Amino acid sequence: MSAILAAEASSATSRTLTITLFLVFVAITLAITIWASRQTKTATDFYAGGRSFSGFQNGMAIGGDYMSAASFLGIAGLIALFGYDGFLYSIGFLVAWLVALLLVAEFLRNSGRYTMADVLAFRMRQRPVRTAASVSTIVVSIFYLIAQMVGAGALVSLLLGIAPGTTFLGMDADTAKIATIIMVGALMIIYVTVGGMKGTTYVQIVKAFMLMGGALIMTLLVLAHYKFNLSTLLGEAAEQSGKGAAFLEPGLRYGVETEGDALKTFYSKMDLLSLGIALVLGTAGLPHILIRFYTVPTARSARKSVLWAIGIIGTFYLFTLALGFGAAALVGSAEITAQDRAGNTAAPQLAQALGIDYLGGETGGAIMLAVIAAVAFATILAVVAGLTLASSSSLAHDFYASVIRRGQASERDEVRVARIAALVIGAISIALSIFAQNLNVAFLVALAFAVAASGNLPAILYSLFWKRFNTSGAIWAIYGGLISAVVLVFFSPVVSGSATAMFPDSDWQWFPLSNPGILSIPIGFLCGWLGTVISKEHNEDKYAELEVRSLTGYGAH
Amino acid sequence: MTIAFFLWYALYVLLSAYARGFMSIKLVGNINVALLFGLLQFVSTFLIAWYYSRFAARKVDPLADRIAAELANRGAEK
Repeated sequence: MSAILAAEASSATSRTLTITLFLVFVAITLAITIWASRQTKTATDFYAGGRSFSGFQNGMAIGGDYMSAASFLGIAGLIALFGYDGFLYSIGFLVAWLVALLLVAEFLRNSGRYTMADVLAFRMRQRPVRTAASVSTIVVSIFYLIAQMVGAGALVSLLLGIAPGTTFLGMDADTAKIATIIMVGALMIIYVTVGGMKGTTYVQIVKAFMLMGGALIMTLLVLAHYKFNLSTLLGEAAEQSGKGAAFLEPGLRYGVETEGDALKTFYSKMDLLSLGIALVLGTAGLPHILIRFYTVPTARSARKSVLWAIGIIGTFYLFTLALGFGAAALVGSAEITAQDRAGNTAAPQLAQALGIDYLGGETGGAIMLAVIAAVAFATILAVVAGLTLASSSSLAHDFYASVIRRGQASERDEVRVARIAALVIGAISIALSIFAQNLNVAFLVALAFAVAASGNLPAILYSLFWKRFNTSGAIWAIYGGLISAVVLVFFSPVVSGSATAMFPDSDWQWFPLSNPGILSIPIGFLCGWLGTVISKEHNEDKYAELEVRSLTGYGAH
Repeated sequence: MTIAFFLWYALYVLLSAYARGFMSIKLVGNINVALLFGLLQFVSTFLIAWYYSRFAARKVDPLADRIAAELANRGAEK
C-alpha cells in the first residue's frame, strides 16, 4: 500500500516538475521570440532571419531542426523493441547528410532566396513550378508534423501517468493527449507568426543544446551502469529482450525471413531496402532543412553549417545506441510496450529507471523523467515550428506572391500571408495527428523522408545539374514522385489492413511495403526525365547563368 | 566521392538484408560485424565530410572567388 502511495506521490512530483520545467522553456523561448519579432522588419528577416547567422549557429539550428521526436523518442524505441534494426535509422539519417553537403547545400544557398522553389523555378516558367513546389513542401511538412505531434501525445500520457479510467484535471488519457496536441500546435503557431525565422532559429539552438545535454547525461549513466563496457550492455539488452543474439543482428523488424513463404520474405527485404533508400535520399529534399541554408550569408558558411550539423547529429545518433539498448536492458520491452505500443516512450522510461538507480529512489526517478520529458517537449516544439515556417513560407512566397499576385505583392503583404498560412497549416496538422496515435514516430518520419526523396529531390538535382531540364520536367518530377509516394502509402499496410494500421478495422491495402521509397523515388526521377524530353522548352542561357550563380552566388541576394 | 559513399552505404543496407550470417559473426564479446559495420558508416561519414571541406576550401573557393571577381569587373565596365 505504501509503495503505491509513494509511486503516486512521485508521479505527482514528476508531473509538477515537468510542467514547471516545460513552462520555463516556453517562457524563455517566448521571450526570445518576442525579442526576435522586434528585429524582424523585412521579408528577408522573416523568411531567412536576415541571413545574419554564423555557420556554427546555423549548424546547431539544423541539428535542432533535424533531431526531432523521431530521433529521440522513435529511434530509442525501435532499438529498445527490435534491437539492431532500430540502429539502421540512425545510420540512414546521418549518412543522408553527405547528399546535402556534397550536392545541395552550397548550390542552393547561392541560387535561391527564401524557398526551395526559388532554385527550381529559376530557369523555368514561374507559376506552374512554384505551385508544384509549394504543394510538395506542404505535403512533406504535414507528414512530418503528424509524426512530431504523435510523439507529443505519447509523452503526455506517460508523463501525467493517466491510467485508463483515471483523470487529470478532469481529462482522461485520450482527452489529455488531444489537449497536448492542441497546445503544442498553438505554441508553434505563436513562435512562427511572431518570431519568424529569427525567433525559430534561436529556439532551435536552445533546443539543440538541451537535447544534447539530456542525451549525454543518459548515455553516461547507462554506460556507467555497465562499467563502460559496451559488450556487457549489449549482452544484457539481448538477454532482457528474450530474443537472444538475434536482438543484436539485423532482421527482427526489417527483412524478416518467414520460413516457407518466399514472397513474404522478399517483400520484407524490399521494405528494408526501401527504408534505406528513403532515409539517405530524403534529407536533402526536406523543405524545413533546405530553407535553413538561406539563413547564412554565404555558401561557405552554408558548408560550415552542414559540417557542424554532421558533427552534432552524428554524436547524437551514437548516443541513441546507448539509449535504445539501455532501455531494452534496464526497462525491458514488456514494460515499454505496456506504456506505448510503438515504443515511443522508451527514452523517458529509461530516464526514470536511471533516476531511480542513481539519484535516490522514486523522487530521483521522477526528476529524471521530468527533465527528459521537458527536453522531449522542447524538441517537438522546435521541430514543428521549423516545419510550419517552411510550409507557410512556401505558401506565401511561392504560391501567394508569385502565382496569385504574379509577383506584384508587397513584402508586407507576403509576410502577412505567411503568418496566416502558419495558422492554417498548424490547424490542419493538429487535426490529422489525432488519427495517427498508434504509429511509431521514427517510422512516420521515414514516410515523410520517402515523400521528400520522391517529390523534391529529383527536381532539385535535375535543376542544378541537368542542362536540358525544363518546366514540364520539373512539374512531372514533383507531381509524379509526390503522387506515387502518397498513393503507395495510402494503399500500404500502414494505413489499413493490418493490426497496427491507422485504420485497423478497414482493409484497402494492396501495396505490400510499408515504405514506398524503392518504387516512388525512381518514379520521381523517371517522370522528371520523361516530362523533360516530351517538352521542347530549352533554355541554355538561363542554365549557364544558374551554373555561375550556384558556384559563386553572383546575383543572388 | 558521392558515388563512392553511396555504394558503401548500399553495401551496408544490402548486407543487412541478405548476409545475415556474415553480419552476425561475433568479433569481441557481444560486438558483431553488423554493429562494427554500422559504426564504420559513422566514421566514413565524418571522414568524407572533413575531406570534402578541405577540398572545397582549396579548390572550389578560389575558383568561385576568381569568377566572381571577373563578373564584378565586367559589371563595373558596363
